[in-house]
Amino acid sequence: MEENLLIIENIEKAFGSQKVLDGVSFKLNKGDVKVIVGPSGTGKSTLLRCINLLNPPDKGRIYLQNTEITQLPHSKIPSIRQKIGMVFQHFALFNHLSAIDNVALGLIKVKKMNKTDAYEKAMFELKRVGLDQHKDKYPAQLSGGQKQRVGIARALAMDPLLILFDEPTSALDPELIGEVLQVMQNLAKEGMTMICVTHEMGFAKSVANEVIFMEKGKIVEQGPPLKLFTEATHPRTREFLSKISELYGESEKK
Amino acid sequence: MMFFSKLVTYIPSLLKGLGITLELTLLSAIIGFFAAIFLVVGVLYGNRFFKILCNFIITIIRGTPMMVQLFLIYFGLPGINIKLSPLTAAVIAFIINSSAYQAEYLKGGFMAISKEQIEAAYSIGLNKWDAIRLIVFPQAFRFAIPALSNEIVYLIQYTSVAYTIGLPELFYISKNFASKTYMNLEIYLFIGIIYLIFIYIITKLTDIVEKKLYIPGFDTSHLK
Ligand SMILES: Nc1ncnc2c1ncn2[C@@H]1O[C@H](COP(=O)(O)OP(=O)(O)OP(=O)(O)O)[C@@H](O)[C@H]1O
Ligand SMILES: [Mg+2]
Repeated sequence: MEENLLIIENIEKAFGSQKVLDGVSFKLNKGDVKVIVGPSGTGKSTLLRCINLLNPPDKGRIYLQNTEITQLPHSKIPSIRQKIGMVFQHFALFNHLSAIDNVALGLIKVKKMNKTDAYEKAMFELKRVGLDQHKDKYPAQLSGGQKQRVGIARALAMDPLLILFDEPTSALDPELIGEVLQVMQNLAKEGMTMICVTHEMGFAKSVANEVIFMEKGKIVEQGPPLKLFTEATHPRTREFLSKISELYGESEKK
Repeated sequence: MMFFSKLVTYIPSLLKGLGITLELTLLSAIIGFFAAIFLVVGVLYGNRFFKILCNFIITIIRGTPMMVQLFLIYFGLPGINIKLSPLTAAVIAFIINSSAYQAEYLKGGFMAISKEQIEAAYSIGLNKWDAIRLIVFPQAFRFAIPALSNEIVYLIQYTSVAYTIGLPELFYISKNFASKTYMNLEIYLFIGIIYLIFIYIITKLTDIVEKKLYIPGFDTSHLK
């Protein structure tokens, strides 16, 4: 097998009788940044949740570093998940823990690091997202943009092979989107492998090496961002992309 | 002043009674709390068997009068050759009873924690039990503190029904005093005040605990 970091092979997922993913396949190399776009209810979140096994797929296979992760016994799943970071739309910070404890928890409890090293590493990650000043604040004391950056630091701390972003800026006020996108752009430039569900096309154009347009559980079209924006072959892709650049055009300019 | 001179002779047994009342209250509150965690985790996170079992236990306990449970344990169990002292019977009955109520209060707290936080816990590699222990429980407990503190207040008062199986707790001693001295008004006023003082102390203590555990964003005032 070739040296792909992640291979998704023909995955399918249904909730009851509703088929949400209908044969999705793609590959990811180390350092790739893929942006997934598509209408609401298309299965974008479900796809991410399949990858880190929050909702394991019904059919198909997923390989992480050439090891299949879709057939693992329950007890092995946490060790896979810690290699795949996830950033959530509504931040999902642990509300009873300060920013630094949010970041350090996985290091102490999952990686079994000693506390001194864990807090040092957590501090490093908070600096990386520009929040070292706010390390002792609780989630309720942080702005949306700051919360999301803690969310990113929490994922980073585990030194994941890749990070999944599920609409990381869509719950944010427009003026806070920029600071989160900036952090994500820096990560991309540092070579972090990322799959981002986002409608921020400015971000896609500047760092993605591929944009995937999904509809009704299937990949309709995929390609380098500029190619997709200027010469999409599928009429639905063109229609959708022009609609979202209209809708999200404003924050793009910032 | 007749009352107080009589009362003095009763002080040792009143103190003993008070001791039993507090012992019963604290044992039921504390052991009941741990049993409640077991029940609520069973209901919310257990497999089908535990879900049904724990729900069943809670329903039965909350659906029957405390007095019936107490009499069943003290007067009923000897029927199958299990003879318990009044204290043991009362402690068991109150632990069982309180655990079901505390489980309900905790359940409200558990359900207030977003599913996303649990998924975030999974996403960094925590397993289910660590996610419950480290993420859900500490938050659920904070949400449940006001209700749990009410439960202790309720327990202090309700332990008085244990007099019915002859447990010499505070109320039993007072009743004894009243029947010997006919000073009903005085003694019941007097122990009313004693209960009041202890309930006041407990309320203050739980306020302190709540403040100690306070975290910005955990505003539980709407639950009070
Ligand atoms: N746990 C679940 N149980 C039942 N149905 C679900 C579940 N999760 C998702 N769905 C359904 O699957 C479909 C796809 O959902 P998904 O969240 O993946 O879409 P999405 O592309 O992320 O949409 P959005 O842009 O609105 O976030 C939706 O119709 C949703 O209602
Ligand atoms: Mg979604």
